[in-house]
Amino acid sequence: MSERTFDVVGTRPVRHDGVDKVTGRAAYGADANWPGMLHGALLRSPHAHARIVSIDTSAAEAMPGVKAVLVGAELPDTNASISLGEAAIELRDMSHSMLARTKVVYHGQAVAAVAATTLDIAKEAASKIVVTYDVLRPVLTVDEALAPGAPILHDDLVTKGAAIGPKTNTNLAARYEFKRGDLDAGFDAADVVVEREFRTPTVHQGYIEPHACIARCGEDGRAVVWATTQGPFVVRDASAAIAGLDPAHVKVVPSEIGGGFGGKIVVYLEPIALALSRKAHRPVKMVMTRDEVFRATGPTSGTKTHVKIGAKRDGTIVAAKVSLWYEAGAFRGSPVGAGAMCALAPYRIPNFFIEAHDVVVNKPKVAAYRAPGSPMAMFAVESVVDELARELKMDPIDLRLKNAVDEGDQAAYGPKFGPIGLKTLLRAAKTHPHWSAPLGPNQGRGFALGFWFNGGMNSAATVTLGADGSAAVVTGNPDIGGTRAAQAMMVAEELGIDVDRVRPSVGDTDTAGYTDVTGGSRVCFATGMAVINAAAEVREELKRRAAKIWNVSPDAVAWEKGRVIPPTGAKETKSGADAQPMSVAQVAAKMTHTGGPIVGRASLYAPMAGPGFGGHICDVEVDPETGRSRIVRYTALQDVGKAVHPSYVEGQMQGGAAQGIGWALNEEYVYNRDGVMENAGFLDYRMPVASDLPFIDTVIIEVANPLHPYGVRGVGEVPIVPPLGAVANAMRSATGVRFTQLPMSPPRVLEHIAAREAVAVGA
Amino acid sequence: MKLHIETTINGEPTEFLCDGHETLLSALRNGLGLTGTKEGCATGDCGACSVLLDGRLVPACLVLAPEAQGRSVTTIEGLATGDALHPIQRVFLEDAALQCGICTPGFIIAAKALLDANPNPTEEQARFWLAGNLCRCTGYDKIIRAVLDAAAVMNEGAAV
Repeated sequence: MSERTFDVVGTRPVRHDGVDKVTGRAAYGADANWPGMLHGALLRSPHAHARIVSIDTSAAEAMPGVKAVLVGAELPDTNASISLGEAAIELRDMSHSMLARTKVVYHGQAVAAVAATTLDIAKEAASKIVVTYDVLRPVLTVDEALAPGAPILHDDLVTKGAAIGPKTNTNLAARYEFKRGDLDAGFDAADVVVEREFRTPTVHQGYIEPHACIARCGEDGRAVVWATTQGPFVVRDASAAIAGLDPAHVKVVPSEIGGGFGGKIVVYLEPIALALSRKAHRPVKMVMTRDEVFRATGPTSGTKTHVKIGAKRDGTIVAAKVSLWYEAGAFRGSPVGAGAMCALAPYRIPNFFIEAHDVVVNKPKVAAYRAPGSPMAMFAVESVVDELARELKMDPIDLRLKNAVDEGDQAAYGPKFGPIGLKTLLRAAKTHPHWSAPLGPNQGRGFALGFWFNGGMNSAATVTLGADGSAAVVTGNPDIGGTRAAQAMMVAEELGIDVDRVRPSVGDTDTAGYTDVTGGSRVCFATGMAVINAAAEVREELKRRAAKIWNVSPDAVAWEKGRVIPPTGAKETKSGADAQPMSVAQVAAKMTHTGGPIVGRASLYAPMAGPGFGGHICDVEVDPETGRSRIVRYTALQDVGKAVHPSYVEGQMQGGAAQGIGWALNEEYVYNRDGVMENAGFLDYRMPVASDLPFIDTVIIEVANPLHPYGVRGVGEVPIVPPLGAVANAMRSATGVRFTQLPMSPPRVLEHIAAREAVAVGA
Repeated sequence: MKLHIETTINGEPTEFLCDGHETLLSALRNGLGLTGTKEGCATGDCGACSVLLDGRLVPACLVLAPEAQGRSVTTIEGLATGDALHPIQRVFLEDAALQCGICTPGFIIAAKALLDANPNPTEEQARFWLAGNLCRCTGYDKIIRAVLDAAAVMNEGAAV
């Protein structure tokens, strides 16, 4: 496979949806308006934890212009779940989280909805709904939630997994263990042991486009939903179940999507819009404000982690213990299981014990965020590995090379690794000019690894040939960062036609074959495979059509770079002339007379994908007077298997790095004691801006993934994992302080520098 | 009572009705159907709604619609001329300076304002000028490169 040469794959064509996106024509979630449309607004809880005593909607309903009011009690209860591969959606929790029933469990949880002729009327009507609450004490951290006598969020919550804790009357939603070897014997054999405890804050995906949808329930009970989503089929199935409709009667049309990072797999508005539309008999549009996005969607878990690693004097790691506590938000389901499986993935460790705890707290229910669960666990492990290298006086990359997993090794999370590029990556990092470049005053350098499994799952694709030899490709994956271009390139590669003559598009849930979400770094890999197979089906059909034209067996027709080649001595059936090779366009022109339209279809379930490793080198400069830190140089290396469109692969690596840097340095939900987020806006929730970052250098490593015909691995998620550790290790090098709590924001940095200096002068 | 506003949008004399408290962003998107200008925050922090008001870069979410009276507004829809994209638009495509694309119109408008004011920005000047525009997908690398490349292309064009 590695010898395969490509004509289109690996080039950098302009994306097909590009002109619409630079001219403002592309229609995102909030950009559509339907005739007769109403506007929906939500009333949200002012309390983080309270029982709902009563809801009086009469004043809202009496307002002119109000066409429907909805409360949670009107939605059916369901216990179904939807599998997403990486996780499952528990529809009951999702339904209760989007519209509370008898209790509110986080500040900003919706308790009632209004549809009215204008947004102003809808908002005013929502404000006139009177809700009486019995306010309860909130729990905001895992320590508070698990303390004896803590307020309990859900009376019916039972601890899942291998529990040692309480079974009921608990906020511990799940506990899992993974182990290998003999932990005590392992640590006994270690010459050096490093142990630290870490904390990371609640952070948000931070997509720039707020959630938005329009829903219309027709007179026949059939419904159409327009939504910005990573998973139109999830929207269909979840919305139907939550609103009480038959999914057979619901069509979801995905808009262009303005970022998601996992946060737009979840359904927040669509079932409510459907239920309002059903009551009002008109389309209902709902668009969140940024404040609502922060308070009631997204975030990923705040965490506490404890890591202990032991090594021999020569650097061989012999034992590791990892304990993880992840906040789930107000309903079970933090990504702690994935965190546990990723934590030690890069290393060959004979003895380890990993325990993972899923804990409910009075914060919004967490959603997937790019490599869900991995960044926090690997931040802790990579910080401890860095300390280990200091204790052993070893180069941190050499220490990692000594313990790195390779093909044939059994991963800490179970399976044996196939071909992986981890060691190649570490050697490339070691020899990269960045690693040996001189540092300036107050600067430090750090390195850290990141791992993600990558996803496979269900995908389908259709490739339709035109009589002019051009092709259209349709899949069900919203294009969140260039996947249409990648899919067109695959069709062009397989059919030997110009990529400019392929039209890629995203179908709705009625026109595209069932396809799992745009997530899990699976689209270019799994949906890409379906596209390749569908294009290959077109190619085989072209050979059959040529065989008909030449009256030879299809097996005798050869294929060479977009042309069908006749067997020696073959004659054109009609004219009797010597058969000549024909291009795709020449065969396509005859399709009507050789059997009709040429369409290739493929569908597949990919049980596994190719695991992905990344490694980042970070230089940071710390101002000792203000505590402000600045990233001065950054290099991201990643084994991507095969880069289909290298510019968009680099873009994923750079974008993931920037998100991780934000997580490391500035981003956090700031809560007051009542559980109210105090920084629910982009001014105070400080995501990186252009002046915070340098150019982010990328090194693409291509160790082909044998599970994909081109060798593709998932790319998008891995690059958010290394930055937390890489920045923290650079900060350690610049300041002498091991930061164990994120973000490393200026006040916290200043505090630690002051404490270190106090120790240094013997105060 | 709606207000009747007479303004110029992308060079065209334009009239619209609006409420006194309505933002220019809302008037553009909802009244006039110019949805290329995006709403990311409505508090002036993300730059997705960047437009030029009499040539000056402003977030349309912080401008009241009645303030457009007698003035000239340039939105993303007004940048391409006839058959050709504006050079900034073209270079954004060639340099793959967008992923999801929601912030792209705002960045292109802000970049135009930068290059109108300073045809030869340094990397640092470009980064600080564009610090009011949030992008969550790209890490800004390819955006900054595209703006610097667009400056070079436009200067070349001007020199010919």
